Amino acid sequence: MYDVLIVGGGVIGCSVARELSRYVGKFVLIEKENDVSMGTSKANSGIVHAGFDAKTGSNKAIYNVLGARMMEELSKELDFPYRKNGAFVLCFDKKDEGKLKELYDQGVANGVKAEDMEIVSGDRARELEPNVSPEVTAALYVKASAIASPYEMTVAYAENACVNGVEFKLDAEVVSIVKKDGVFDVKLADGSVLQAKVVVNCAGVYADVINNMVCDKKFKIISRKGEYCLLDKKCGGLTDATLFQLPTAMGKGVLVAPSTHGNILVGPTADDIPSKDDVDTTYEGLNNAFDKASLSVPSLNRRNIITQFAGLRAHADVNDFIIGESDVENFFNVAGIESPGLSSAPAIAVDVAEDIAKKLSLQVNKSFNGKRKGIPHFATMSDEDRQKLIAQNKLYGRIVCRCENVTEGEIVDAINRPLGARDMDGIKRRTRAGMGRCQAGFCTPRVMEILSRELDKDPTEITKFGKGSNLVIGRTK
Amino acid sequence: MKTCDLVIIGGGPAGLAAAKAAYDCGVRDMIILEREAQLGGILNQCIHNGFGLHTFKEELTGPEYAQRYIDMVLERNIPYKLDSTVINIDKNRVVTYVNEEDGLQKVQAKAVILSCGCRERPRGAINIAGARVAGVYSAGTAQKLVNIDGFMPGKEVVILGSGDIGLIMARRMTFEGASVKAVVELMPYSSGLNRNIVQCLNDFNIPLKFSHTVVDIKGKDGRVSSVVIAQVDDKLKPIMETAEEIQCDTLLLSVGLLPENELAGYADVNLSPITGGAVVNDKMMTSVEGIFECGNVLHVHDLVDFVSEESEHAGKCAAEYIAKGCGSSEKIPVKGVNGVRYVVPQIINKDDDFEPISLKMRVGNVFKNVEVAVMLDGEKIASKKKQIVTPGEMETIVLKSDLVQKVKNGANVEVTLIGR
Repeated sequence: MYDVLIVGGGVIGCSVARELSRYVGKFVLIEKENDVSMGTSKANSGIVHAGFDAKTGSNKAIYNVLGARMMEELSKELDFPYRKNGAFVLCFDKKDEGKLKELYDQGVANGVKAEDMEIVSGDRARELEPNVSPEVTAALYVKASAIASPYEMTVAYAENACVNGVEFKLDAEVVSIVKKDGVFDVKLADGSVLQAKVVVNCAGVYADVINNMVCDKKFKIISRKGEYCLLDKKCGGLTDATLFQLPTAMGKGVLVAPSTHGNILVGPTADDIPSKDDVDTTYEGLNNAFDKASLSVPSLNRRNIITQFAGLRAHADVNDFIIGESDVENFFNVAGIESPGLSSAPAIAVDVAEDIAKKLSLQVNKSFNGKRKGIPHFATMSDEDRQKLIAQNKLYGRIVCRCENVTEGEIVDAINRPLGARDMDGIKRRTRAGMGRCQAGFCTPRVMEILSRELDKDPTEITKFGKGSNLVIGRTK
Repeated sequence: MKTCDLVIIGGGPAGLAAAKAAYDCGVRDMIILEREAQLGGILNQCIHNGFGLHTFKEELTGPEYAQRYIDMVLERNIPYKLDSTVINIDKNRVVTYVNEEDGLQKVQAKAVILSCGCRERPRGAINIAGARVAGVYSAGTAQKLVNIDGFMPGKEVVILGSGDIGLIMARRMTFEGASVKAVVELMPYSSGLNRNIVQCLNDFNIPLKFSHTVVDIKGKDGRVSSVVIAQVDDKLKPIMETAEEIQCDTLLLSVGLLPENELAGYADVNLSPITGGAVVNDKMMTSVEGIFECGNVLHVHDLVDFVSEESEHAGKCAAEYIAKGCGSSEKIPVKGVNGVRYVVPQIINKDDDFEPISLKMRVGNVFKNVEVAVMLDGEKIASKKKQIVTPGEMETIVLKSDLVQKVKNGANVEVTLIGR
């Protein structure tokens, strides 16, 4: 019997798991995919919002401001990429400039420090970010805005939870949850049943399905697809700050932002779709994202796109985060976590873990170690550190991904650490091998070989992202 | 810091030929740095024949062609390091590389030859929408999987792009028992060699659809399940009404090669936005003194024979530079105009040796019955009549010594098409 069973291995499930591991108990996280960070957490803008955007008093506003304040410290503790790069909300029409003031006031009311925000003229915005469109008349400059690597943050949380004793079950899809005699029977697709005193629903776009298995109070999660284009690192200089567009009658607009690794991200679109797992990109969506982004930065060039992707935001019909115990005792929801979900995750996780600990009277885990050391990042270290690293382990002298300068040492580490990578995409998220301008053209066979060797599997069993996505179908004649 | 007269980055056909020529011109203190586990570069996976007709007057496979040059390097005892990746070069020609044995090393070179080849344009670069599933490969990656590693990427294949690698892979996959459903080409003509269309597609009844592109990739259970193709209009925009779905489990992309010039960028070498390679003079020297470029990193070639020729020239020029330093600093630009998309070299460095200069060029479109002409101050000094010129086939015009002598400082040198 588990004390707590967490459904979902996105940033919310993994952060809740890690915060729970501060207490003594038997905890398990179950995830239907073969890795953590496989849904919304791997395909979003990676923005740590300052907190001016959400309606004052909403869960979104409260947790955003709290979470954003924790993020820098957390990024050091868990060793994931984070950078305070500032943001501009761009206004393209004099008539709309009043709305910048409204955002500013809302920010102050939400708890964003007034000195972290400033309304500036279009010229001042262009002085700070020279590629901003000449059409921009004014902007809200938000110094507190930051960026983080969402999948690396999720992996970091998961690894740290894992080493602090949380059990992870991957490839484990929930088919039913029944509460009997105060205990939840959670049945998985393979027929096994797990029992838990508390269930935490962190199932992203599937959170309604999980909730509605148990609770009388139903809700609906709408999948809102967002398509993105990612630009070559050589365009990294286009903007250092995140560039939002002031919402207008024409819609919410898209952003142009650097990633923590120096690419430029363009998007997302916003289309409500019936499916919960359709992350296909579309011809219209990509054009739409690019055209809208070009309003902010007219010099964006399609020729520099290296890849596209889409993610689904879990939009709750109540239009706010659904956090806390549901109408069924000991069944907790952390649902509808769309933007600013990444920013809010650290604060949400602390609150939810505390509530559960109180409920179950859990003791503090004295052996908890919140520090996690990530995979060494050869590409960004000094030559002296590179030399030391190769001296310790020769595999760091073998570059496998030439575009991102990822070494075999990093790939082997990614496979062999707790909750290690099992497939190409897992390697990619943890090390960046295959994320560069050739998009895995050169390193695919090499990474396949390393995965096969380290996991002791036949190369034909190696997949891109789990079941069915085998890279090759067999041997040649 | 270690020093070295000549560091050659890349041990493929370009690097090998450059090394051999530099050695024959007297350079001894030199090294080839190769990131793969063997010399030969991409030729190692090009197991089909058709290489070497110009250089060796016989038809060789890729590995055989590579071996000829590897042998020349071995006979001369030219040092090389394998599994060694160069991660930086600065404009003072300090080369930083890493490998298992040496760790991270910096070498101060007198001259550097960049011969690191090109890479394939990936799916993302051409914005193909759809499922992000397994089964989408660039043709070269598939070629490596099949020819080197012995794996089949799939069994029902659609190929986008009729570049040579795409055509070759259509035949290769067919030989291995796969069914190639179609080769789809965005342009109304192929960028591949005509002989490859005949030998790789026609001989196997593989349909080639011009003015078509892939507009959607559909996936099921983690794998490509079909692709949707559509005809494009004269602005290359897909006409969605013409869409048709082809069942397949694999999409191979042969949609262009890009010179791999990151290292040149670190050294502040001027790059041409058209070729993607460095701007070089007739000595193959880039805008940074002592840094040379040749082969597919400079501009993408159709035939390896021309890579070898160009690279031997680069090796010889690097040797001269090491011995004597820079010649004249007079620079006469060579421009491609009127349908000629680019000319390499882009600059004639006026010198007193009057060695013949080989001008290589590509056109921007298909033209019939034209004369490719070199114009000096408006006067035709050399030309070549062609029944057809296409962007897929590189043209070369050699300016002989007497003509080179005529090119004076301040001259206007253009390569143009007459009669288009």
